[in-house]
Amino acid sequence: MVGKGFAALLDLLRGGGHRVNDALQTLGFAARFLVMLLVYSGQSFRRFNLTIREIYFSGFQSLLIILVSGLFIGMVLGLQGYETLQRYGSSEALGVLVALSLTRELGPVVAALLFASRAGSSITAEIGLMKATEQLTAMDMMAVNPIARVVGPRFWGGVISMPLLAALFSAVGVFGGYLIGVVLIGVDEGAFWSQMQGSVDFRHDIWSGIVKSFVFGVAVSLISVFEGYDAVPTAEGVSASIKRTVVYSALTILALDFVLTSFLFRGV
Amino acid sequence: MSRKLLDLWVGFFVALGVAALLFLALRVGSFSTSGFGQTYQLTARFDNIGGLKVRGPVKSAGVVVGRVSDIRFDSETYEALVTLTIDGRYSFPKDTFASILTAGLLGEQYIGLDAGGDERRLKNGDSFAKTQSAVVLEKLISQFMFNKASEGQDAK
Amino acid sequence: MPADSLVKITDVSFAYDERSILKGINMEIPRGKLVAIMGNSGCGKTTLLRLIGGQLKPTSGELLVDGQSVPDMSHAELYAMRRRMGMLFQFGALFTDISVFDNVAYLMREHTDLPEELIRDLVMMKLNAVGLRGAHHLMPAELSGGMARRVALARAIALDPMLIMYDEPFAGLDPISMGVIGQLVRKLNDALGATSLLVTHDVQEALMIVDYVYFVSDGQIVAQGTPDEIRASADPFVHQFVFGEADGPVHFHYPALPFAQELMGEGVGGR
Repeated sequence: MVGKGFAALLDLLRGGGHRVNDALQTLGFAARFLVMLLVYSGQSFRRFNLTIREIYFSGFQSLLIILVSGLFIGMVLGLQGYETLQRYGSSEALGVLVALSLTRELGPVVAALLFASRAGSSITAEIGLMKATEQLTAMDMMAVNPIARVVGPRFWGGVISMPLLAALFSAVGVFGGYLIGVVLIGVDEGAFWSQMQGSVDFRHDIWSGIVKSFVFGVAVSLISVFEGYDAVPTAEGVSASIKRTVVYSALTILALDFVLTSFLFRGV
Repeated sequence: MSRKLLDLWVGFFVALGVAALLFLALRVGSFSTSGFGQTYQLTARFDNIGGLKVRGPVKSAGVVVGRVSDIRFDSETYEALVTLTIDGRYSFPKDTFASILTAGLLGEQYIGLDAGGDERRLKNGDSFAKTQSAVVLEKLISQFMFNKASEGQDAK
Repeated sequence: MPADSLVKITDVSFAYDERSILKGINMEIPRGKLVAIMGNSGCGKTTLLRLIGGQLKPTSGELLVDGQSVPDMSHAELYAMRRRMGMLFQFGALFTDISVFDNVAYLMREHTDLPEELIRDLVMMKLNAVGLRGAHHLMPAELSGGMARRVALARAIALDPMLIMYDEPFAGLDPISMGVIGQLVRKLNDALGATSLLVTHDVQEALMIVDYVYFVSDGQIVAQGTPDEIRASADPFVHQFVFGEADGPVHFHYPALPFAQELMGEGVGGR
């Protein structure tokens, strides 16, 4: 009786919810993968030079795109902010506007989006290709754990790089706002900085931004290594995985940003 | 790429990131509540706090001396109970007057402290004896109109 | 066959979900010998290697390597065993981001604390054994297929394993490279005193070098013997396989409806 009922239920699942089924299976595998990743991280950390190598690839090599984008975003904020603030005769608050938008929102979010498309996709491609060419299987057969040796360092490299990149993005952005606001338009320099300092609180605004970028770093790095590890080992499979890394990362960053913002800045 | 060169670039990257963090912490932002080393707490009761917010500044003679750390409604006296965290470097007389003021016409609201002449000082946990509530613009206007109206009646 | 076997497989079956791949395999690989497993593509040869390496667990049956049961090993025990195994993958599976030298040195650096000078000497020895000492500075992308296979071979023997497994070592190679690899497989087995297991469908090349052959078809062992016995076998399957005939016990056609019926529109899309 029970067996029959179970079989009928199974049939229902098979017929109606193949996609749901697959999605749940992937989610389950992702959770198991995260646990394995954390368990074997000890082994990854024992050979820390591997992680340093990955910080070089995902962090240092993203510097240029992060710095240039940060500068431009700060400059745009300077221009747009001035336009709006000037109507209310409070153009001295430009520094506050630029600094708060960058440290609370734009820095972490835009840096994470750039990081996902610059470093995340290449991590996925690398791991996916290693899987497709049996390098991961070979490693496993050589008694070298691929999660500790390949996945772990890339994950932690991303997690470490992300907050630093976000901080750089915000800092350069503030400088960009300064260039436009003070140097070009001529907002009073003292007011620009002092109003900024008066209204930007380290713990509330800057630290929250850092917490955000750390969470984004974990999410993007996890998605990148997982999609690579889970890739179908063919050329099409790897390219589909790269696409998924960029799309899922972007969606996850924006959704998490909403959740975190409502947590971190509630009642302020 | 050799191990040494790699380490060098990564070190450069990390140093740059930490420098950016320091820049944000020291130049862009300020440690407001956490920035005062030693602090002590004072409480004040107001009939109406208007638009005062937690983390709003507490100023005396225009200098920020503390922050509003808690705002609560007292259901027995029907008053607002506001907790202020004051920088430990500053102390105030017992008869200090706390009032809710507005920066500019439409600016943010803050608590202003006007020192009295008492010898004794306010200690941690003490309460202000004299307070003045926020000026609520609507009330002010209706009061003004009422006065005008009654003046008009008197004149008749 | 002698009693002292390095690998002993008794009645092993394996299935992916409900698809049966291996059905009751019995096999012994004596120490010091070079044994080949042959069969047509997709008959479960590679699965067998993965079972021996412990990457897959059999559905039923017993699988012993050096007297220990592989399916019952813990993760740590498996890794300890794999350190004493070398495996050559179908297309080499060299690590593409590091040089030939680092590929061969990889295992020594991962699993031993040998000083770098000693590792250098050992790597050069291994590369010399496969004739590629001069190519140590190249990246895997710069190698031809045959050279990559030889580097992978040098990497497989880096830690002087007791068991070397070859997964299709001849696939996609020109006849000269095939001969080179074949000779190397034989020579290395004897020089290292190792035991080798060769999975291949290149019958002629394999028959020249191995000591014993198992034929696998449809998940079962259908024939076995020394190369001479195999060549003289009257078994129709072996005959078809050895002489590469298109049709025989292994049919040319994938199972389908009779062709005439299909043409009448009853097969594909003719519901």
